[in-house]
Parts: sequence; C-alpha cells; structure tokens
Amino acid sequence: MPKKRVAIRNHQAEAALFSRRAVVTLGIVFVVFLVLLNNLYTLQVKNFQEFQTRSNSNRIMVLPVAPNRGLIYDRNGVLLADNIPVYSLEVLPTEVHDLRATLEELQTILELDANVVDDFYQRLRQARRFPQVTFAEQLTEDQVARFASIQHRYPGINVEGRLQRFYPHRELFTHALGYVGRINQQDVARLRQQEIYANYAATRNIGKLGIERYYENLLHGQVGYQTVEVNNRGRVVRTLDFTPPQPGQDIYLEVDIGMQQLAQYQLGTRRGAIVILDANNGAVLALYSNPGYDPNLFVNGISSADYRELLNNPANPLINRATQGRYPPASTIKPHLGLLGLEQGVITAETRIWDPGWYQLEGVSRRFRDWRQHGHGWVNVTKAIAESCNTFYYDLSHKLGIDEISSFMRRMGFGERTGIDIAEESPALMPDRGWKRARFNEPWYQGETLSVGIGQSFWTVTPLQLATSTSVLVTNGRRIQPSLLHAVGEGEQRTTRELIEQEPIVLRNPQAWQTIRRGMEMTHTDQHGTARNAFRGATYTSGGKTGTAQVAALSDETNERPDIEDVAEHLRDNATYIGYAPADKPEIVIAMAIENVGGGGRNAAPIARALMDYYFADEESRQALLKAQAENYRQLLAEAEERAAARAQARAAAEQEANRRQAQDDANH
Amino acid sequence: MMQTTEERQRNPWLAKVHLDGPLLLGLIALAIISLFVIYSAGGQDSGLVQRQAIRMGVSFFIMLIVAQINPKTFRHYALPIYLVGVLLLVAVLLFGEVGKGAQRWLDIGVTRIQPSEILKLSVPMLMAWYCSRSQIPIRLQHVALGLIFILVPTLLIAKQPDLGTAILVASSGFFVLFLAGMSWRTVTSGGLLAAASLPIFWFFLLRDYQRQRVLTFLNPETDPLGSGYHIIQSKIAIGSGGVEGKGWLQGTQSQLEFLPERHTDFIFSVFAEEFGFYGVIGLLILYGFVIFRGMLISMRAQSNFNRLLGGSITLTFFIYVLVNIGMVSGLLPVVGVPLPLISYGGTSMVTMMAGFGILMGIATHRRLVISPS
Repeated sequence: MPKKRVAIRNHQAEAALFSRRAVVTLGIVFVVFLVLLNNLYTLQVKNFQEFQTRSNSNRIMVLPVAPNRGLIYDRNGVLLADNIPVYSLEVLPTEVHDLRATLEELQTILELDANVVDDFYQRLRQARRFPQVTFAEQLTEDQVARFASIQHRYPGINVEGRLQRFYPHRELFTHALGYVGRINQQDVARLRQQEIYANYAATRNIGKLGIERYYENLLHGQVGYQTVEVNNRGRVVRTLDFTPPQPGQDIYLEVDIGMQQLAQYQLGTRRGAIVILDANNGAVLALYSNPGYDPNLFVNGISSADYRELLNNPANPLINRATQGRYPPASTIKPHLGLLGLEQGVITAETRIWDPGWYQLEGVSRRFRDWRQHGHGWVNVTKAIAESCNTFYYDLSHKLGIDEISSFMRRMGFGERTGIDIAEESPALMPDRGWKRARFNEPWYQGETLSVGIGQSFWTVTPLQLATSTSVLVTNGRRIQPSLLHAVGEGEQRTTRELIEQEPIVLRNPQAWQTIRRGMEMTHTDQHGTARNAFRGATYTSGGKTGTAQVAALSDETNERPDIEDVAEHLRDNATYIGYAPADKPEIVIAMAIENVGGGGRNAAPIARALMDYYFADEESRQALLKAQAENYRQLLAEAEERAAARAQARAAAEQEANRRQAQDDANH
Repeated sequence: MMQTTEERQRNPWLAKVHLDGPLLLGLIALAIISLFVIYSAGGQDSGLVQRQAIRMGVSFFIMLIVAQINPKTFRHYALPIYLVGVLLLVAVLLFGEVGKGAQRWLDIGVTRIQPSEILKLSVPMLMAWYCSRSQIPIRLQHVALGLIFILVPTLLIAKQPDLGTAILVASSGFFVLFLAGMSWRTVTSGGLLAAASLPIFWFFLLRDYQRQRVLTFLNPETDPLGSGYHIIQSKIAIGSGGVEGKGWLQGTQSQLEFLPERHTDFIFSVFAEEFGFYGVIGLLILYGFVIFRGMLISMRAQSNFNRLLGGSITLTFFIYVLVNIGMVSGLLPVVGVPLPLISYGGTSMVTMMAGFGILMGIATHRRLVISPS
C-alpha cells in the first residue's frame, strides 16, 4: 500500500472530471440514439414498402371457395347426378393442446379407422400455408352428432360440411354419365396447360369419365374467393371481402331413365350394350352397357381392393361396351351393303340369284356357306335382308370389291368415331387394303371381301356406330352426330344443344332407301323374317336386321366343343341387332350387341321389341311394364348369384376331393 | 453558488417533497404512453391496463419514499446492502425456485421479487461508495478490485440464467468506474480484453438457448418459423408502421398476435407499428430528455458518491432503452430486457422508480455550502 496521503482533495477538479466524463457519456448516448434512429429509419421509411407487404401477407389470406357442381338430369328432369353434403373433421393443430392424445381420444370416441391419426400426421407434414388440416373424412351423421355434443371440449377442431357428388342410380348410368374423382397429378398438369388451374383452387373432384368429364367446363363453375384476416395461428378473425363462387351449370341429358332402365332389365345378366337414338336429331335416348358398376365408389377415391375387383372381373365392367365394345357386325350390315349395291348398279331391286346354300369363287375350291344348309332358293335384295341370306351377299360383295365397300362404309360411319359427347369411344375397324398391308404386310384376299360381305373378318363396329348407321338408313342419308346432351342451364338461361350434321349421303337412285327399308321391315313381318317371332303382333310398324357373329372359328372337321359350361359360354355366338320404328316415319333407332348368347333373331330382337313397345306405350302401361320387368330383373340377379355361389361351392368341393385323393396317393406310395 | 439561485426558482412544493419537476414530468409522460400502448398490445384488455396502472402508482409511491432519504444513508449502507444482495443471489442459486430453465423468482409472500433486482441498485451504490472513498480519478488497482465487485453478482445472475439483468448490473458498475475517471488506456485495453474473452463467454457461460438467440440474431431469416420468428415479426411490425404509423389499436402485427411478447419485451414494436417513425422520434426524445436530466442532476450533485450513483442510475436506464430497442429492431440479439417504464411488468419498474427516487433525492437533498469561489 502506498503511504497514506492526507486528503486535501480538489473538489472542483473532481467535479470537473466527473462533468467531462458525463458529457462524454451524453455524447455517446446521443450517437447511440442516432444509430438506433438510423436503423429505425431504414426499417420504417426506406424499407417501408417491403415490410408493409410482408405485414399484409402475414395477415391477409385469400381463401378460394369451391363452386357447387352443376347437377345432371335426364330428359324428364329426373336427377341423375346429385350433390349431397358430407362432413369432415378439420383440425387447427396450433389451437389444440397435446395434439396426438386429443386425436387418439377422438378416434376412440368416434370409432374412426385405426390409421387416421398416422394419416393425419402425414397430411400435417405436407400441409399447405393455410394451417387447417383434415383429420377424418366422410363422417356419418351419427359421428357428426356425437362430436357436436362434445365439441366444446375440443377447441381448434371443427366439423366442416361440403357438397360431394352422388349418383342415385348407381350402375345404371355409369357408362354415360361417368363419374368425378379426386384431382390427380395428370389432372393438375392438364388444368395448368389449359391455364384454368386457378379455377380449381378449392375443388377436390374433377370429371374423370363420361359426361362428367366431357362437360367438365360447364359443370364446374367459377371459383369464388374469400379474403380473410387471420391471426398468427391461422384462425380467421374476420372476412374482408367475399366474391361468391359461380355454381356450375345444370345439364339435361337426352336419355330417358325409363328406356335406360328397361335396357338394363332386358340385358339382365348378359354382357352387352344397347343404344337407342332419336332418328331425327341424334338424341341418345338410352346408352347402356352391361355389366356396369357403382360410380360412387370413385367419388371419394376407390379402395385398391375394390378397384382390383373391377379390373379383374372377367365381365369387364369398366369397359363401355356401347362405345368401346368392338364387335363383328355380322348380318346387321347387310342393309348397308344392299344399299351400296343398288347405288352402284351392281344389283337392282329385282336382281335375283340362286342360293344353293353356298357360294364359290371361280378357281377356288373352298365353299362359302350360308347359314341355312340347303339355301334360300331364289333371293333378291329384300329377301336377302329379311332372311339374312349370306350367299346373296357373298356374290354382291365380290362384285363390289373391298375398296368400294370400305369407302362407302366409312361414310356410313364405320371405322370412325361418331363424335358422341363422351371421350370413351373407339372407332372400331373398317378394314381395307391399306390397313391390311400396314397391319399384316399382306395383300387383301378376295375371300376376305366375302367375309366382310357378311360382317365378319376384320370388320368391327361399336353398338353406337350400328345405331348411327341405322339412323342414316332410315333418314335417307342424314348424318346426324349423336348427342347425350340435351340442354344446359335453367329457366331463361337454358340453351338447347345445336344439331350437328355432316354432309348427307345423297344417292343417284333415292329409291334405294325404300328398297332397303322394305327388306328391313320384312325382317320383322315376313313369314321367313329372322325377327318375325319377336315382332309378332306389334301395334306399330317397324324394321330391323338381326346378326349372329361367330366368336370362335370352328373348323368343319373338328366341330368339338369343350364340355365345361363356363368355357362353352365364351365360344357361343354374339347376337347383334339394328332396328327402327315406326316403319313409315322412323322416330327411334335401336342397336345392340350381346355377347355369347347365340343368334340375334332369338336373343336380341325380343329386347328391341320390348324397348319399342315401351316407347310407343302410354305413361301408365310404361310404369306397369317397368315394374314387372324390375321384379324379373331382381329375381334374375338373385338366381345368378345363387348359381355363382353354387359353382364356387362345387369348385371348392372338387378341389377338396382332388386334394384328398392326392393325399391318399401319397400315402399309398 | 449558481445552483442556489436556481433552487429558489423551483417549485417550493416539489422541493419540499424532494421531487425534481422536469424528471417527474418525463417519467409521468412515459407512464401515460405505457398505459395506452399496453391497452393496444394486450388486446384491449382494460384489466391489464388497470393492473399496470396500480403497479405504476405503487412504483411512483416508492420513488416518492426513496426520494425522502438522504443519499448519505445509501452511502452508509452500500456495503451491507451489496453483501445481502449477493447472499440472496447465492441463496437463489442454491435453494431458490431455480431448476426449471430460467426461473429466477423468489416468493416472499405478497409478491414475487427477483433478488437480482436489488443488485441493479446496490452495485452502483457499492461502486459509488468504493470510488468516492478516495480521490477521483480512480486508480488502476481500485479498478481491479471494483471489477471483482461487479463480476461476482454479474456472474451469479448470468448463471440463473438472466443475461439481460446481468448486462444491466455489469454496465451499472462499469459506468461508475468510467465516470470515476478510469483512465482511457484502461478503458480501451479493458475493451480489448473483453473482446478477447468473448470466446470463453460463448463456450463456457452461455446456455444453448442463449447461443441460439445470438445465432438467430445474426441471421434471423434462416429460421423464419423457428427462433428467427420473433425478430422477423418484430421487424415487420416496426417496418410496416412506416412514417406515420397504422394508428392506435390499428397495428395488425400486434392485434392479430403475430408479434410475440407484445405487451412486455416487444412493446416497442407495437408502439412503432401504431405510431410510426414520428412516434419513435418522439419517444426517443422523451427518453433522451430523461437521461439528460438525470445526468444534469448528477453533474450538479455535491459529492462524488452522489454524482457517481446518479450517473450510473441514469446510464443504466439508457442501457435499458438501448438494449430493448436494439433487440426488437434487429440490431442486438434478443436478451430479456424490458422497455423501461413502458413494458408491462412490476419488478423491474419498482427497481427503476426506486432508482429515480434516489436521483430525485440527489437533486433535492442539498447541503447549503458557500461557494469556494
């Protein structure tokens, strides 16, 4: 320690020292305040715009509001595609204490699926900016009610309702209406490409098939927007602005639910398709493909088990047989060919040939057989149509040649899409030399022309093509595009579709139309007509043509059929049919193809008779008819189910027996 | 003496109750601003405002009581108060309600207090006492011992951990040393030494969450929803206030709860959002006025103890302002320091007002001396 000094302190000097230091610190304080102010100036004045924007985007959120999808009705105003409310449980995770425990508790109380909590966490990880996440979808009314009674215990969890597509008639209209399903990656890509993705900001489902897909733009509507102010937890504090969505337009189809239903009842358990058109405007009155499936399965995402079942079903319910089924037309195209013969002058109405039951090309030993072993005798074109004489058509097609036939049949609509307003349509196949060369690198053989002459060989058609070509026949050449759509919109906004017609087929010899139709009438009325039994006693006039297409080519030598019933069924003939009524002023046109049932005269024509009867009946008899048919149909389905069950049982038993024997054999050895 | 003439011009009633008029005016203005901003920041909860008003009343009353005490008394008891304070800090560390992260409260029945608050005043008192025992400028060996007086409570508080209070306590001590004329050479070399010891500080004294705060401060945008969220939202609040502000009760950042700690540590952001750059200038002028007045009172004080204590109290108040505004506007890392007299909360306000009571006492308890000149 230094020597203790006597404290003679210079108080003034000490005060001055303090003051100097105080002034220095005040200076520092001043400078620091300037630094603070400079920083605040940068924030508040220089970068004000940026922070204002960030502040707004913090609190203002634009929420899209989905428009209600337009409804779909049949021509009588019967609802075919409805919107029904469905409820989901929505969670604001930031508002919920102990999220996992709460959700697990709710899962128990509401008896939700075991994996909902895990699924929720998966969704939570992928959550978008808006922090509300769906916990459970498709709540039942009971679940909604149960949650409502305990909701006060679960802040941050709400039930939300929205509208979802529902098809009340289930499989009846699937192939015409199609369905909506979840918007997937491809949909998003397509919507982006069309630059309408923004319109789907709030939409969950989009038309995937049929009318729902084709008229998606009409049905969807315009998205609305809600500008809301949200707090830091994403809870909406208030709505600043609301632009309501424009609902989609309602659509009226040309289909008549009664005729559609009857088509379903008539086909029963048989695979096939029926198309009914209004001959004069292309209106599709019925378009039914059997079997169908329940489109509601797809609306909320089909389970993979359900989907696999549909895919692996041997009856192929997913295929729209009316527009995608490719069938050999068989004899149904005989009127068309007859028309071409008359037009080309290859034959006249009076031209007769002798049919011994077969036809032979010069220099070829093979005989082309008629379906009637001993032939039809002297045959002219009308008789050839009514009795479906093959020999006459072997001769005619040989004389016409494949080039002539192909190009005319294309004009009749074969080998081309009809342009119906669903996307699922096949052009089927109208073969010609070029096609044969491209496909098989082979020339066209004359024998093949003969096969084409009776609607076999490579020629395939869709039932819809059969129908449109028939309407060409009965309207003297008008080529009207078929349409499922009837009108769009309600009340004063309602607009009916416009008729789309291609250039008509004009004949040098218009008399040919009548000649051909006389032949078709005779199919129904002549004592040898192939559909005479089906149309006996009809109260209206009509015409038609039956067809029987061979499915399996059975050689003459080994005319063997396997014993087991299942396999044999697949080898049975397909029945085809076209028809129209009334004969003098045709209104409706019917076409159908039924798989593996046998001849068209016996199997298809009676269905056409029933449909025409219904069409010409008064309302009261129509209802009675439907009622009776519905009863039959139910019985038929029940029996089919029983048979299937019995078959399965028998198969199981046989398997067991085989196993037992195998075991016994093993034991013996 | 010049002061005597001025003293006569003062309000005799205020002088009688030992209050300094300009300083009181500044404090009341801040208190009124506080109530308005808390009403807005607290979601227009008048209960919150009421509680704060009551606290303010109590704090002003405490200030009034403290102002009656002659600063000599504080000089007399500086060492015992300091020792008791340090003992209490040790007690908190050993038996206090520590253990749950950053808990630093002691429950003494009626209200909870923090022993560290006592040190906010007792450290400057002790240092002022210590430095005024001998002549100023203070000598180097005294500086060394003074540093130990400062560091013991500082480290105890930092260990709680309460970085904000530790900074305030430490700076209150350093200010005394500086005002006591610590040589500039010591100041600069001390500064260099402190800078050099930063790594030790970083690796051995800071807790993980404190390090995170510093890292976040350095670049908040890297973690906008995590620890950077507070700073980003605060800057958005301040910046979006613009020149004129969004208006009282109109600050969307605060009203919609994007801002964290709206009525406590981040209340300045609410103020800046609603009153804009003009309001901010006004508030800083008000703070500057209070600081200036405090320093003026200290300069006019009649003893080194009074000068040093008054100067330290005033400058610590400045540190509050600097650290708080610095942290909410992104200049400094986030340490829990309230905006003095405006943030909601009782304990630190009581301490602060007691400090202002001491300042008032320094201003008004004057010996009548004949000027040496």
